[in-house]
Amino acid sequence: MIPTQKPQSTYLNQVGEAYKTRLRGLSTYGILLAFLVVCVVLSLVTPRFLTIPNLTIVVTQVSINALLAFGVTFVIITGGIDLSIGSMVAVTGVVAAMFAHPDTYPVGVPLLMGLLAGLLFGAFNGFVITRSKVHPFIITLGTMTMGRGLALILSKGRPISNLSDAFNFIGGGQVLGIPMPIIILVVMFILCSIALHKTVLGRYMYAVGGNEQAARASGINLSKVKMVVYTLCGGLAGLAGIVLTSRITTGQPNAGAGFELNAIAAAIIGGTSTSGGTGTMTGTLIGALLIGVISNGLDLLNVTSYYQQVVMGIIIIGAVVLDSWNQNKNNS
Amino acid sequence: MRYVTPSGFVGKGPWLFYNLATPSELMTTNLLTQNMTQSPTPILQVQNLSKTFAGVKALDNVPLTVQRGEVHALMGENGAGKSTLMKILIGLHTPDAGEVIFDGHPLPYGDVHEILKRGISMIHQELQVVPELTVAQNIFLGRETTGGLFSRLNDRRQEKEAGLLLAQMGVDIRPGRKMKHLSVAEMQMVEIAKAISNQAKVIIMDEPTSALSDKEVATLFRIIGELKQNGVAIIYISHKMEEIFAIADTITVLRDGQYMDTQPAAGLNRNSLIAMMVGREIDSLFPESVPRKGQEVLSVRNLSRAGKFTDINFTVHEGEVLGLAGLMGAGRTEIARAIFGLDRPERGDIYIKGQKADIRSPQDAIRNGIGYVSEDRKALGFIPGLSVKQNITLASLPSHAKGGLIQDKAETEAAAKMVADLKIKTAGMHQKVTYLSGGNQQKVVIGKVLLASPDLIILDEPTRGIDIGAKSEIYKLINQLTAHGLAVIMISSELPEIIGMSDRVVVLSQGRQTATLSREEATPETIMAYAMHD
Repeated sequence: MIPTQKPQSTYLNQVGEAYKTRLRGLSTYGILLAFLVVCVVLSLVTPRFLTIPNLTIVVTQVSINALLAFGVTFVIITGGIDLSIGSMVAVTGVVAAMFAHPDTYPVGVPLLMGLLAGLLFGAFNGFVITRSKVHPFIITLGTMTMGRGLALILSKGRPISNLSDAFNFIGGGQVLGIPMPIIILVVMFILCSIALHKTVLGRYMYAVGGNEQAARASGINLSKVKMVVYTLCGGLAGLAGIVLTSRITTGQPNAGAGFELNAIAAAIIGGTSTSGGTGTMTGTLIGALLIGVISNGLDLLNVTSYYQQVVMGIIIIGAVVLDSWNQNKNNS
Repeated sequence: MRYVTPSGFVGKGPWLFYNLATPSELMTTNLLTQNMTQSPTPILQVQNLSKTFAGVKALDNVPLTVQRGEVHALMGENGAGKSTLMKILIGLHTPDAGEVIFDGHPLPYGDVHEILKRGISMIHQELQVVPELTVAQNIFLGRETTGGLFSRLNDRRQEKEAGLLLAQMGVDIRPGRKMKHLSVAEMQMVEIAKAISNQAKVIIMDEPTSALSDKEVATLFRIIGELKQNGVAIIYISHKMEEIFAIADTITVLRDGQYMDTQPAAGLNRNSLIAMMVGREIDSLFPESVPRKGQEVLSVRNLSRAGKFTDINFTVHEGEVLGLAGLMGAGRTEIARAIFGLDRPERGDIYIKGQKADIRSPQDAIRNGIGYVSEDRKALGFIPGLSVKQNITLASLPSHAKGGLIQDKAETEAAAKMVADLKIKTAGMHQKVTYLSGGNQQKVVIGKVLLASPDLIILDEPTRGIDIGAKSEIYKLINQLTAHGLAVIMISSELPEIIGMSDRVVVLSQGRQTATLSREEATPETIMAYAMHD
């Protein structure tokens, strides 16, 4: 359209590239470093930490929180929040369990129903948020309570047990010695990373969270992006609900209480800014792993769970404070 | 204690004459006291100041000397380093090297609060006010009481003092009004009042007239004159030549982060100043263009939106620049927003290439070949957290993607071409747009809009707040666009720009279309007459 001028100097490009890695990498590398330091320290103070069985347990335990954290990372990047994911875990777990009794349906049915329940729940969140224009904090606070009630209604307040072996394999089985939750975690991490970093949708998430009005003026359909994001978050919560139900071989209407806080913590520790527009999937994964490793380490060191909660709170605050210092340094 | 608190006025500063009856009386008295206390040393001395951002030198060994009671204009193209220098002076940035002596003491770098207390205030281009608080509360914000955090506030007392201060300045603003109900000009006066009550010795004004009417500019200049007489130094940043020559005593020019020269304003003229700024003479700001009017691209018929504009009718053709002229509040931006689908018009139709178009959102508008470059690039232009590349491709992303997956190579090539075409100065494609200068940010936004291949582009104040060199580039770009058959609607508050660029001019007054003028008819006098038409 316009005659091309001489190309940019390569020197400037190099400076730009170096700058980019420095800036974008800072919080991701920072959290990775923290993670490695914690691992080294733990392997020094307790010999049981750095063993394959122990690490396998850690990652298996982390998987549910990580799945939830992936979903909530999408949401937080668009500038929103989802407090209902813990309740979604309960609803989807109960729904899946209802279809998972032995000799009733093939294993695909409870899987599909659980996922569908999560997607629908998430879509409902997205619908109300985009229609009402009320802050997602309030809406998902409401649907969190609704979801908990729904799980109790569907299960008549009782745990749903007696699930088929095929269903229990999803959370408890192994393939080539690798626990299924770890396999699901890896697959979902790859898919979510691609969705966030390589797709048009992912770019739109950053744009919407970075400057909603400018995103709109760039022709981005805000409601559509938000709908998709909350639905995705619901789907991942559904998957987490299925894995949890399968692992504990029971559909528990009280499951998942407080899970949303751990998931949000993983995202934030991983460098996702609550003001929207920044964050990476890798960061969130490491954030979830860091939380898992620390609580495992504290277990191995026989620290009671009461103290563990205090430690976890300190870590969340520390991570956010450090990140905000870093950002201020970069901005000035 | 050198600054005013509502509960105790310390009579040391020149602006605290609450016992005096009239401003004129006060002025004379002050001149006397000022002459006695004024020392010959400069109020501000900057030496060898350097600051680097991400490998780009924003300031390179820059000196600056500001005398007491002078208006010191700071000029330079976008990215010349003016903002960086000012941000160091008010403590938002810390320099890498160099020395700043303010009022005989080294400046406490980075300590915004202390610097403010010592007497450097800035009136930002984007005013920093708390809209929900009153005028008085804004003036005394952060200095409400002499006691601790929980001591009782005394609104009435604050309002009384604020009222006195505003009266002395000769502006009629009720101190009990909420800030959000004030006009931009009034808010600016309040900010100046705040600086005065802060005992500012240096007041930095960044493009203070960009949103003011002529009458309001006159008031501002009168107040600047009074401040000068009281020994307050003003650092005045503006791109408007007439203003600079009307008001500045001294002019310092920066270019690409480097100090060019400081000269008395009296010894300079328009051309020599422009030459200093751009390092080259600009013979003709408005490039010659051959009008190549093609088919009709857009036609609006009886477009109306309650309270904003009524019965607007115009057409734009391929290769044509249609100017939208009018005073502030005439409804120009509102019309552009309606055409682009940001707001819904209540009545009227939009036709694209003869077909009636139903534009309900910016998406619809972009699909219909309309691009919009907003006057407010921070709010509606770019995404600060995304890179130059990601911003440029944002409006056309699906065309650089296959099956929802972004094709990195295609995206990078498209953005790189735009960066080269528009000569965007950036440290790289992955630089965040926040770190670019205003002019380059503007180019990124224009690049984004162009990459969506519009047939019609609406440029809303495309040269606001950017310097002559970048202006000239934008004008050339507009001509290149029309030469390639694009239709352009240009909204501008600068008459020379409207007249220099437009093939036809639609003049608006208070939401109504008062004239549609041909290039020959569009003289400054005619446009102004229609713009003020009732």
